[in-house]
Amino acid sequence: MYVFEEERKSYLKADIISTVEFNSSGELLATGDKGGRVVVFQREQESKSQPQRRGEYNVYSTFQSHEPEFDYLKSLEIEEKINKIKWLPQQNAAYFLLSTNDKTVKLWKISERDKRPEGYNLKDEDGRIRDPSTITSLRVPVLQPMDLMVEATARRVFSNAHTYHINSISVNSDLQTFISTDDLRVNLWNLEITDRSFNIVDIKPANMEELTEVITSAEFHPQQCHTFAYSSSKGSIRLCDMRQAALCDKHCKYFEEPEDPSTRSFFSEIISSISDVKFSHNGRYLMTRDYLTVKVWDLQMENKPLETYQVHDYLRGKLCSLYENDCIFDKFECVWNGSDSVIMTGSYNNFFRMFDRNTKRDVTLEASRENSKPRAILKPRKVCVGGKRRKDEISVDSLDFSKKILHTTWHPHENIIAVAATNNLYIFQDKVN
Amino acid sequence: MSATTAMEVNVEARRILAVSISKLYASRTQRGGLRLHRSLLLSLVMRSARDIYHSSRESEESSGAHSAPEEPMDTSSSPGEQARLSEAQHEPQPALNSAELAPEEPDNAEDCCDSDITEDKENLSPTKQSRKRRGKASAAPDFLPSKRARLEPGEERYAAPVGSCRAGAGESLTTLSLNRVIPAF
Repeated sequence: MYVFEEERKSYLKADIISTVEFNSSGELLATGDKGGRVVVFQREQESKSQPQRRGEYNVYSTFQSHEPEFDYLKSLEIEEKINKIKWLPQQNAAYFLLSTNDKTVKLWKISERDKRPEGYNLKDEDGRIRDPSTITSLRVPVLQPMDLMVEATARRVFSNAHTYHINSISVNSDLQTFISTDDLRVNLWNLEITDRSFNIVDIKPANMEELTEVITSAEFHPQQCHTFAYSSSKGSIRLCDMRQAALCDKHCKYFEEPEDPSTRSFFSEIISSISDVKFSHNGRYLMTRDYLTVKVWDLQMENKPLETYQVHDYLRGKLCSLYENDCIFDKFECVWNGSDSVIMTGSYNNFFRMFDRNTKRDVTLEASRENSKPRAILKPRKVCVGGKRRKDEISVDSLDFSKKILHTTWHPHENIIAVAATNNLYIFQDKVN
Repeated sequence: MSATTAMEVNVEARRILAVSISKLYASRTQRGGLRLHRSLLLSLVMRSARDIYHSSRESEESSGAHSAPEEPMDTSSSPGEQARLSEAQHEPQPALNSAELAPEEPDNAEDCCDSDITEDKENLSPTKQSRKRRGKASAAPDFLPSKRARLEPGEERYAAPVGSCRAGAGESLTTLSLNRVIPAF
């Protein structure tokens, strides 16, 4: 375990949040961290007696999802870091989620227990077997109320299907299957069957020396159970239809924007690599995130994106130093709001950006304890890109590149967002008058 | 394009190459094993830097006689450079090959050492043909490192003296092929 000292606050490397995800109703919020733990928050029921505590999120369940493992055949350690969490839509009283590390996907059931059987005939209250000669009468156990207990149990373990590192998982709209994706392959699973998966995309070349691109993310279409998309390190997205063939090597749509030759540099390949791809809720658009931009694509138009948003273009002149300090490899995620009208993504210095697709306005906000007290309104931030720096602006050179917001999530219906800033989770809500 | 700018590009390319090599080497000891995506990106940067370094070296050498037009990386690419870059994309990556063995093969380190030693012999007598059968059907499996760097058209194999990586940076980077640099560290 590593301990970092920062501004006289220290945190364990294991506490760094590696993924955040609301469930489909927005009632639950899950976070995964580098130590392999999952923490689930539940929204409080709104009460008339305390209207100011409007639906706050409190810890509901904490469990160890993955442990560090060792692959003896390849002499490799397998990290326990949770790469992705995806919720299954709720079908009964229990909640189900998929969590994955680099190699193994697990299905977890989170259920509540508020009753306990008491009065067993053959064992006493501690669980010890009673001496049969002392039993003189028959009694039947009765369910008694108890303090609410939330327990998480691993219901399925989907393992041994990935040679390379898993970067994403996606649940199908049919609620029976899901895909897990690594650098070169996409595998299709049935949620009930753990000893078998179907490989549906394989871009591994016959000769590994000829490798030029890897898969960076994949997602099922939100409504069409036969359609999925995957993004590549070369900045392209492929849409595939599983009805065409068992192996979806031939895409049915290919989205790529031709490179602008005037911006070519040593690092053009790195900054064009797509770090996240997300379908819009209505299923008509795709959003992609590369190092400097977020792009919205219309599924009907393959040759260029519909919209391009500059996240932090002032970093374009600093790519060399960002390469040296490894920041250029950071994988930022992007999210849609519930109505697909606003998109959000993270940046450095604990900044995150929101773009309104209709008004074309954008805002930069900061997730930090110092700059925002609970229930205070977030103040928009601005980065000064040259010339005279105004009072509230921050210059590019003062940005803290160790404080990065890679993972964010948006409530499916309301304006509530969760933002992971290293080892801290920030939840922001719309102001209520 | 003046000799000074070519030299600046040369220095920059060399610096990026050195940074990339140290990153590639450090990633081999990273927890969780070698990351294919990261290794691929590193090798792409290394290849670009190496190409620029070679072309700026040629321009430096010829600038003494006459000023040769140079194609630096950061201006709009000319067709010549595009052709070279697209060639680089399609050409196999010897550095990537030895670097990304870890997901597939456990005794990566041993193979690299073997290829290092074998390579010395091969470099001393470049005309000696490898006795191993090579054909499309019997191409080396992808988990074994290739022992000779794949040459680009026009490139010659240099007889590199042993321990040349410890000598002056300028000489060592031109004469070492990429897949020797990693084991040499």
